[in-house]
Amino acid sequence: MRFMLLFSRQGKLRLQKWYTATAERDKKKMVRDLMQIVLARKPKMCSFLEWRDLKIVYKRYASLYFCCAVEEQDNELITLEVIHRFVELLDKYFGSVCELDIIFNFEKAYFILDEFLMGGEIQDTSKKSVLKAIEQSDLLRIYFNKADA
Amino acid sequence: MALKIVKGSIDRMFDKNLQDLVRGIRNHKEDEAKYISTCIDEIKQELKQDNIAVKANAVCKLTYLQMLGYDVSWAAFNIVEVMSSSKFTYKRIGYLAASQCFHESTDVIMLTTNQIRKDLSSPNQYDTGVALTGLSCFVTPDLARDLANDIMTLMSHTKPYIRKKAVLIMYKVFLKYPESLRPAFPRLKEKLEDPDPGVQSAAVNVICELARRNPKNYLSLAPLFFKLMTSSTNNWVLIKIIKLFGALTPLEPRLGKKLIEPLTNLIHRALDLLYGMVSKKNLMEIVKKLMLHVDKAEGTTYRDELLTKIIDICSQSNYQYITNFEWYISILVELTRLEGTRHGHLIASQMLDVAIRVKAIRIFAVAQMATLLDNAHLLTGNMQRNGICEVLYAAAWICGEFSEHLENPMQTLEAMLRPKVATLPGHIQAVYVQNAAKLFSTVLKSQEGSTEGTAAQETSQLMIDRLPLFVQSANLEVQERASCILQLVKYIQKLQQKEVEVAEEVSALFAGELNPVAPKAQKKVPVPEGLDLDAWINEPPSESESEDEQPKAIFAKEEPKHSRSRHTEVDEKELARRREARKQEQANNPFYIKASPSSQKVYQESPGVEHIPVVQIDLTVPLKVPGLPMSDQYLKLEEERRQKERADKKKKEKKKRKEKRSGRGRRHDSGPESEEDITPAHMVDIVTEEMPETYILPTPDNRLLTMSSTSIFLFFFIEQKSSKHKKKKQKKEKEEKEKKKKKKHHHHHRHHSDGGADESVQNGTVEDEEPLPVSMCLTLNHKVCDIQGNLQDGSQVVVSVIFENKCDSLLKSMEFNVLDSLNSKLQRPEGSGPHDGFTVPFQLPPGVSNEARLVFTVQSIVMPQKMKGTLTFIVKNEDSSIHEKLDFKLHFTCTSYLITTPCYSDAFAKLLESGDLKCSSVRLEEVNMPFHHLLARICFHHHFSVVERIDSCASMYSRSIQGHHVCLLVKTTVSIDAKCDEPTLLGNVLDEIKQTFSQC
Repeated sequence: MRFMLLFSRQGKLRLQKWYTATAERDKKKMVRDLMQIVLARKPKMCSFLEWRDLKIVYKRYASLYFCCAVEEQDNELITLEVIHRFVELLDKYFGSVCELDIIFNFEKAYFILDEFLMGGEIQDTSKKSVLKAIEQSDLLRIYFNKADA
Repeated sequence: MALKIVKGSIDRMFDKNLQDLVRGIRNHKEDEAKYISTCIDEIKQELKQDNIAVKANAVCKLTYLQMLGYDVSWAAFNIVEVMSSSKFTYKRIGYLAASQCFHESTDVIMLTTNQIRKDLSSPNQYDTGVALTGLSCFVTPDLARDLANDIMTLMSHTKPYIRKKAVLIMYKVFLKYPESLRPAFPRLKEKLEDPDPGVQSAAVNVICELARRNPKNYLSLAPLFFKLMTSSTNNWVLIKIIKLFGALTPLEPRLGKKLIEPLTNLIHRALDLLYGMVSKKNLMEIVKKLMLHVDKAEGTTYRDELLTKIIDICSQSNYQYITNFEWYISILVELTRLEGTRHGHLIASQMLDVAIRVKAIRIFAVAQMATLLDNAHLLTGNMQRNGICEVLYAAAWICGEFSEHLENPMQTLEAMLRPKVATLPGHIQAVYVQNAAKLFSTVLKSQEGSTEGTAAQETSQLMIDRLPLFVQSANLEVQERASCILQLVKYIQKLQQKEVEVAEEVSALFAGELNPVAPKAQKKVPVPEGLDLDAWINEPPSESESEDEQPKAIFAKEEPKHSRSRHTEVDEKELARRREARKQEQANNPFYIKASPSSQKVYQESPGVEHIPVVQIDLTVPLKVPGLPMSDQYLKLEEERRQKERADKKKKEKKKRKEKRSGRGRRHDSGPESEEDITPAHMVDIVTEEMPETYILPTPDNRLLTMSSTSIFLFFFIEQKSSKHKKKKQKKEKEEKEKKKKKKHHHHHRHHSDGGADESVQNGTVEDEEPLPVSMCLTLNHKVCDIQGNLQDGSQVVVSVIFENKCDSLLKSMEFNVLDSLNSKLQRPEGSGPHDGFTVPFQLPPGVSNEARLVFTVQSIVMPQKMKGTLTFIVKNEDSSIHEKLDFKLHFTCTSYLITTPCYSDAFAKLLESGDLKCSSVRLEEVNMPFHHLLARICFHHHFSVVERIDSCASMYSRSIQGHHVCLLVKTTVSIDAKCDEPTLLGNVLDEIKQTFSQC
């Protein structure tokens, strides 16, 4: 996977993860172009599209679009599964997740994503072990906070 | 030093954290750029400070701004600083920022090499993990070269968490620094067989990606992957492996053959998923797709698999998803075109089932079946070996049984008597013969009705001509039926020749319509008295025998009653199992509510009838069946309840009931007791709930007192609206409504509520200036809060808050926070900071209420306290969500620190004599209520107990959670003399008492 974007219906970027180092200017342009294309698509249209030399897989959850760019040889369906698994993870962690959870806890959303995907590849397919890793690091944080106090 | 810490924390309090920044940006929609530029200035200031916590907070905010498109490259060095913090919390933020902001041309990356190496070898696996994750995003060729060895070592780390990350990052390293592949490859290959599934799937991922780039080098791994493919149950991994084989097969054609079997297995697994997928809407679509595959399928095994799946999917849950049976019949007919399927009998049984059970479909089904019979020669190329001819069995039966719907019965009759039929399997021929007779009767009827008598005779002749073929059949069943019918027709022919009308009598042979019977119908038939269904009539046959019989007995399937009885058998077994389980559960569960212990005894003491209750309960409609003891009991229970509701205490009725009970008592002794236990229990509950109205003086031996109800109730009304003007009106309305509610619940205290409520409302509305993006009219949160001192710990106060969601949206992520005062502090969960809120551990769907308990520590209790607080929460709608904030005040009255404590008069006298107590007094103005009401009020609202009452005065006592004694002498002149060892507390309590009475 090249990158993953989360953006709202209003075209606000909520999360971005680039798995190949990309210059800031290029990132911005790609995000802008892609958002325009995806947001213009009708609900019944296909979740996959070809864009430049990449395949775009997106899915809308409530007001949020989850959008992944994968290479041509990659499987779109599994990418869709990846998106869904990520949403499930967010949902488990935040409890009935909504856009605001991601806005206000965007660093946590990143941490979850980082435990799930790494370098664009699935790191762990087990929801349980991903959430366990997050839980453990949260505990660690609390432990340090306590040590501070 | 202490001052510095305090100052530090105060400073931090004024810093914006990420949440504040986000909220701020959302509130400055018009001048976002300006707002953010001031924020960036603040961040720059924060970054200049030494405090790493402040820096990390600033970097976290920068990461957010970076996402919004702001340039933060200037802070790269600060990011590195935060990355190198020794604390995981900050390190994680640093690495996140780096992974978001750094790219190959970021020059500070060179500085990170040593830090990353240090983190990679950290004893804490999460430090290592966070470094690996970060590195995967910004790894450069230099970093890859310098760190390749360290990462390679980590691939053999003891923790799978690290191993899997190390394996994954190796892919990135290979891309940036291809030389590392050769030395790392053996270890990577090893990881394909790692005991941890996570590591294994990571290794599969990496190798699949590598192989895609250069498949030839990975051919040698094919056996290993083949093994994984056949053994792994992880779909994610399987997909990757199949893709890998996709790349490998062009290079090694022999692989293709080997793959067929495991791949078909995988496809079967996918087919299983279809079960769960279908709905009324998509069933036809899905089946259509499957039919296409059936046509294309090459192997018969796979095609048969598809066929059974189609039928399974369609027939699941009693044809739940089929909306059009004509469609289904057509599908079944289409399936008959499959050559060489083994599943003819399956299709046949479906045809029979549908035709019998769906009355409306019979005309259509009969027409289709007639065509099938007519074209039987197409179906059955090689009759004996072809499984599909089984459907002719169904076709013949349907055409015969429902022959009145046939358009051209004569033609069908001819089709059924063709010589070629004799090549069909015996059991099918038998059905042909029998149903030819049915058809014959129908044909006769129609022909006799018409004018020509000769036609009927010709039909008889046809039968007489054709049947001998079957009489010669080697199959006994066919032979017997055929000869029987042949003789019958011959006799009919004789009668016909005498011009006797026979059609009526012939059709009487097959009279009576076969109708579907509901699965539960058998249960509605009363069991005759004295019949024990569980008892064996004969010794049970061995199980294998009964199973042998079933597959051949195809008639079993067509006769609903037969199959039904099998169902009930299953049900009985199932019931017995459930009964056992339930009994077990009840026995083990001390909190089992419904059945009182005595009713359990019933089960245990009278095993002879133990099966009965459960059977009865499972009935959806209780039936009045004479002789069934349990149904009696069931009904009587209802009757009794109704009688009680009528609340008549007439003796006649009572006697009647007693009679009934004794009647039942004969069967099982403790039965009546158990019932008596159940029904009145409800009544008692209600009485206790209404108790507070009829006030009872607390007595020392009342055990309830130790769990004293030293509670006051505060009410908060907090509402939010998009328009400010409406607020006050609505607020008042709501308040009045709530008051009415409160009156019903007598233990709710109105007095305290009003003041608190007003304030909090005002507070909530005035400060709630956040523009609401979505119009959200009248979300009203009604919170009831009960403050209660903790007897065990003199410095603890428990506040129970009831949150009720009165709006139409889900409320979630509720955070309850108060600004701690020097005296009172909210006890926060371990590990959270002094400004963190208490996360309410539940969400509130619309209309739901729930209670949260908060514990406060209080130093001094002599003064009342008000604490300001906020409740933040997210309102979640269908497709939007809003972050909301409510301000409120929490009022700790001195009364809430008092606990009702009984006191004997002699102890009370001693206390007064001791002289340790300070004195104070108060006069209550304009109080016109009976003296005992006045006392009750003080007792109830202020947690006092009456020690003694003598004519015109009463002495009262209470104790604070910190052990202060409070003594009152209340006189009918409505003056109160009070004594307490803590004058401030006393003054405040008296003020509160005065307040209570000034409001009534």
